[in-house]
Amino acid sequence: MTHWLSKNLIRIYAVLAIFFILLPIFYTVAFSFNDAQKRNISWQGFTLTAWLNPCEPIGICEALGNSFKVGIPATILATVMGTMIAFALGRYNFRGRGTTNLLIFLPMATPEVVLGASLLSMFINIKVGSGLLPVIIAHTMFCVSFVVVTVKARVASLDPKLEEAARDLYASEWETFRRVTLPLVAPGIAAAALLSFALSFDDFIITNFNSGVVDTFPEYVWTAALRGVPPQANVIGTLMFIIALAFVFAGQVLSKRRLTK
Amino acid sequence: MSEPKKVQGDLVLSHVTKSFGDFTAVDDLSLTIPKGSFFALLGPSGCGKTTTLRMIAGLEEPTSGTISIGSTDITDTKPYERPVNTVFQNYALFPHLTIFENVAFGLRRRGIKNVDAEVERVLNLVELSHLKSRKPGQLSGGQQQRIALARAVVNKPALLLLDEPLGALDLKLRRQMQIELKWIQTEVGITFVHVTHDQEEAMTMADTVAVMNNGRIEQMGSPAELYENPRTVFVANFLGQSNFIDGSIEGTDGDNVIANLHGVRIVFPKTRNNANGKAVKVGIRPEKFRLHDAGSSAAGNVLTGGIITDISFFGVSTQYMVEMPWKQELMVFEQNDGGAPDLAKGDAVTLSWEPQFTFALDGTDPSQAK
Amino acid sequence: MALAHAEVGNKAHAPKKRAKRIAYFLLAPGLTWLLIFFAFPLINLAETSTKTPAPTFETGEFVQTFRFSNFVDAFVNNQEQFFRSFLYALIATLFALAIAYPLAYAIAFRSGPWKNLMLILVVAPFFTSFLLRTLAWKQILGAEGPVVSALQFLGILPPEATITATAFSVILGLTYNFLPFMTLPIYASLDRIDYRLLEASGDLYANGVTTFRKVTLPLSAPGVVAGTLLTFIPASGDYINAQLLGSPENYMIGNVINSRFFRVVDYPTAAALSFILMATILVLVVIYIRRLGTDELV
Repeated sequence: MTHWLSKNLIRIYAVLAIFFILLPIFYTVAFSFNDAQKRNISWQGFTLTAWLNPCEPIGICEALGNSFKVGIPATILATVMGTMIAFALGRYNFRGRGTTNLLIFLPMATPEVVLGASLLSMFINIKVGSGLLPVIIAHTMFCVSFVVVTVKARVASLDPKLEEAARDLYASEWETFRRVTLPLVAPGIAAAALLSFALSFDDFIITNFNSGVVDTFPEYVWTAALRGVPPQANVIGTLMFIIALAFVFAGQVLSKRRLTK
Repeated sequence: MSEPKKVQGDLVLSHVTKSFGDFTAVDDLSLTIPKGSFFALLGPSGCGKTTTLRMIAGLEEPTSGTISIGSTDITDTKPYERPVNTVFQNYALFPHLTIFENVAFGLRRRGIKNVDAEVERVLNLVELSHLKSRKPGQLSGGQQQRIALARAVVNKPALLLLDEPLGALDLKLRRQMQIELKWIQTEVGITFVHVTHDQEEAMTMADTVAVMNNGRIEQMGSPAELYENPRTVFVANFLGQSNFIDGSIEGTDGDNVIANLHGVRIVFPKTRNNANGKAVKVGIRPEKFRLHDAGSSAAGNVLTGGIITDISFFGVSTQYMVEMPWKQELMVFEQNDGGAPDLAKGDAVTLSWEPQFTFALDGTDPSQAK
Repeated sequence: MALAHAEVGNKAHAPKKRAKRIAYFLLAPGLTWLLIFFAFPLINLAETSTKTPAPTFETGEFVQTFRFSNFVDAFVNNQEQFFRSFLYALIATLFALAIAYPLAYAIAFRSGPWKNLMLILVVAPFFTSFLLRTLAWKQILGAEGPVVSALQFLGILPPEATITATAFSVILGLTYNFLPFMTLPIYASLDRIDYRLLEASGDLYANGVTTFRKVTLPLSAPGVVAGTLLTFIPASGDYINAQLLGSPENYMIGNVINSRFFRVVDYPTAAALSFILMATILVLVVIYIRRLGTDELV
């Protein structure tokens, strides 16, 4: 018994750590079924009310829509620009590599309050003010770095011999990129896009600095938290969790299929 | 750290079996490797040789059987408690430590105080003491290989295991390292157990070679014995090339066996007969054949009626493919020393060989002749 | 002959120049974006930090007077929150390391067929709202939650005591929220270790503990460095955890910057505080990396 325990101690520890990681997620999901009206804090009984009327609380679905209005363009812009930089860093020699790397790294190493505050003070100074457009700009900015890091890792792990082989087999530079490089890097780009959307969708601090009177979903939750978050917020949180998990599993299955079929 | 016990003596594997689920990697293996010898385990990938090595090192546990050195049973001891060191296939040098610290690693773990002199000594042995403050990443493949060897040898183990240690080196460097390894083994006097799939490597270095196949040892002996008198088709084919002619044994004549090959009578010494019944596969190495113009007389065993179908020039020798009347193609090597007649494709020839170079295998040997 | 030679030279040169042009073309949009919306705002923030209220005293109007003592005032008036931010971030980083290292080790070496599933579970928090999860912790640790009830039942906690609105709950929130950022880099560096190096260590008379100390740990050091930075930096600037799980007693520098901007509308002080925060983080990071660069871990 003690032998088994000492042998599996680290596994038990890992399971406990994962339990710790998942505990608040269980809570979020469970309380989407809570029969509570306003103060969704203690368990009142099971109900599907919130699931059947997800848009009931005023402003919640509008906020959700705003999150998509921000998240989708920011994801597209950041994924395109970040992938381009990742290819430049991974495949070409140019002057200013150090500066480029620094410019990619710094936004990730800057606290979000500072990013949010600096953008807001600039938008105020140039009289743009706040709203959804500044938020899209801000989200694109901090997502670019994460896209570069994710895609660059994939580009770097690509065997350059594969591209040489394509060129040897009469593929032009563009065809090589289109037929060999891009399909091989695609899973990395997809992961980067998913990450970008998740970061954008979940961002509160930078958004709150720049959105002005418009609310995104996290801002709705923040404001609602003062008087009690309705169970519908948990419903939306749960739905997003399920959709994201589905994406991840689909990605895993797809990448396995691509290599075996 | 606990000092591994000072054990000395022969390495003895007794009825060792290792299974992974349904697959038996090593099957009831018994083996004695004499102290101080250079022993090679030779075989194709998947034959169980690496598993055997890992069990000796303590990195795998045998499913059954025992392993001992001298009179000490080491079957259940941890790798770090065994007087055994390994030169790993890809060297496994610690990338974060200097060459000096890599070599000193084992000594420090055993709590030896003054490691400098010992490390310096083995670094001199492998002639790399000038690189001691470098990191492994800065060394060439050959240099890394020598450091891996030094890191193992410095511990003066009872047994040194080499897992395909030269596999990653190019041909020229490999030849050079083969000679160096052999020299170092003689110098330090440790028992070396060398695992390889390269028959040339095994034959040039080892005193004794064991050929493994499907988890069992097919044959064990000195390199010359294995080459000249293989007992199975597998061994014959794994060490060099062979011709096999199917025939049947007709009787004996004194110390010789008489066999019939497609109507031709040949003889070979009884000591070279490994056939169990009448059916026999007569093996002749290509370089043992002599080529003669058709019609000229020849001594020893003689096969007439051959036609040359192909000639390839190898420099030191020439390879002839000869089609026999029973439609089998035989391979013949002739030294380019002027001894063989001038021949061209399509010429009719007679083959001969000395009876003592024949090796007769069982006619039912299941291994495919190449 | 000379002509042919010149042509060959040109051909060899042309693709190189072309490649450079492609590289700059690829870099241009993204880097321009970062310059305009990251670098330029920081400069703007720097400019704001030395402004003073406009003579009209209209809210939100400031004029540039290069008052560098804004920085001194900002720091002196908020020393306590600065100190608390770095202390909380440091403790949360250490907690996260203590949880993440064994977890990453288990996933890398002891998870067998469960490896992928465990990795997905580690990043699962990324897929639910950060605010909802933090609010869930408020429920879990709250007066009506299971933790307080259990501790009170066991007599560890007095009947009236709470866990929320304490330093403990803020640090727990910080630890929790940045745990994946600690776990993933450590896992990546552990997973990259060649298993044969651990076997070689065992072969060279190191037992399990020594192998861990002398081989595994130093080889995973880059992941530990990356993980601690990715946890410490955002944690020191965070204000959500302090606001939701703490009380004003536990407010960190992020709370101050936030309220200076929105409640007090004191942009220069907020800007000065942001710069002090960033500068302190950079200094700490440089010292940390330097120390690790010269001294090997352990």
